[in-house]
Amino acid sequence: MIELKKLGKTFGRKTVLKEIDLTFNAGEVIAVMGPNGSGKTTLLKTILGLVIPDTGMVYVNGEDCRKNFEYRKLIGYMPQIANYPENLKVKELFKIVRDIREKNSINDEELIVSFKLQEIMEKNFGQLSGGYKQRVTGAIAFLFHPQILILDEPTASLDPLSNEIMRDKIHRERDKNKLIIMTSHIISEAEELADRIIYIIDGEIVINKLLSELKNGSIEFSLNQKISSVLESIQHTG
Amino acid sequence: MKIKILKYIFLDLFRSKFILAYTFFLLLMTITVVYIGHDTSKAVISILNIILFIVPLVSIIFGTIHFYNSREFIEFLLTQPVARKSIFWSEYFGLSASLSLSFITGVGLPLIFIGINIQGVYLIISGVLLTLIFVSLAFLASSAVNDRVKGIGLSILIWLYLSVIFDGFVMMIFYLLRDYPLDKIIVGLTSLNPVDLTRILILLQIEISALMGFTGATFQNFFGSITGKIYSLIMLLIWIILPAMISLRVFKRKNF
Repeated sequence: MIELKKLGKTFGRKTVLKEIDLTFNAGEVIAVMGPNGSGKTTLLKTILGLVIPDTGMVYVNGEDCRKNFEYRKLIGYMPQIANYPENLKVKELFKIVRDIREKNSINDEELIVSFKLQEIMEKNFGQLSGGYKQRVTGAIAFLFHPQILILDEPTASLDPLSNEIMRDKIHRERDKNKLIIMTSHIISEAEELADRIIYIIDGEIVINKLLSELKNGSIEFSLNQKISSVLESIQHTG
Repeated sequence: MKIKILKYIFLDLFRSKFILAYTFFLLLMTITVVYIGHDTSKAVISILNIILFIVPLVSIIFGTIHFYNSREFIEFLLTQPVARKSIFWSEYFGLSASLSLSFITGVGLPLIFIGINIQGVYLIISGVLLTLIFVSLAFLASSAVNDRVKGIGLSILIWLYLSVIFDGFVMMIFYLLRDYPLDKIIVGLTSLNPVDLTRILILLQIEISALMGFTGATFQNFFGSITGKIYSLIMLLIWIILPAMISLRVFKRKNF
């Protein structure tokens, strides 16, 4: 569904992505992990067309994404930080996306209901708390039944209940054969949700394995220990 | 091209306290000047001197701050199926429209109330043109510079240069080259500054050569009134379009 070929990006002197080759398929939940500043968000932003790569190509459903914006119809995106115009009402924010996308399609309003967003539709976006802002952007990401969901730390500032709602939603969308790419720092979350773990350090992919492969055999070990042991073995060989 | 987003950007700014305050300030200023002076021409000149100072300052600083504040929203819009170009123009015209509306309400309404003349119409047109020019420059500064503080600094510098420093340079050139015929140089130099161009556009309309200063008088001699006005209007339009097009180019290739 998404294919990255020899993707490279440098910001000034810092190389953020080094010749990344990746393929993402429908029906997969992929957790992109790595230390702060390792290039996780840049990787996602390259797929979204926010960051323009220096080298390499991004294909979504076989289409080259460089000169084309229509492919973003397929993608629902939930950013890490959302500071949208503070004098716009929440319902107006939903209207903007509905105006941009096709109006005739049936919207997925599940999250609007379960996040209780109906009650805050008339509020200005600037008045919302961080958690509510994230609920709004989450609901927008899922609104158009996108085939691809890109979620940048989707549960970072959600309360436990909303967190559960979000995880449950991700599970159910995966079962509908959607592709979900998310970043996370919470290992237990990745373990619960993801089918495949990608670990990036300094713009290089060091782990790209199915969760089952990673866990292979020794179930008693936590994913955390598995990742550290893989990282250690890399350090020894490198 | 999708300009639906424009509506929402305008709406957001329209509700902002800053735009409200700006409108009230202009309103208060215009009413005071009109109330004090009896002659409309003199009132227009007084208002002109204030707006030549205030409109560029507010447009470029507020424009720059708005651009940096909208960064995450722009990012979000960019992930939607819309061309970068239409997001850029929506931001540009949304901001220009709200600042222009403030200006038209603040300066235009009182003038219409006391009976507007052709000079007043020119004043309003010039104010709107100045707004567009300095919004263009604001977008140029803020799309070229990633760092917010540096971007705002650059904007202040541009404003300071065009409003204050530039005139100092022109005076210095006058003084150094006072023995030579300077007409063409002065016309050329003036075209490099939208604030001067606006001043000349209004003063040519009022036709008070005594108040025009050296540049204005030279302008009138060189072009005559009509050609002078057309020339300065065209130059002002170039001052809107050129920075806007350059910043669009930068915006299209920008990493968010």
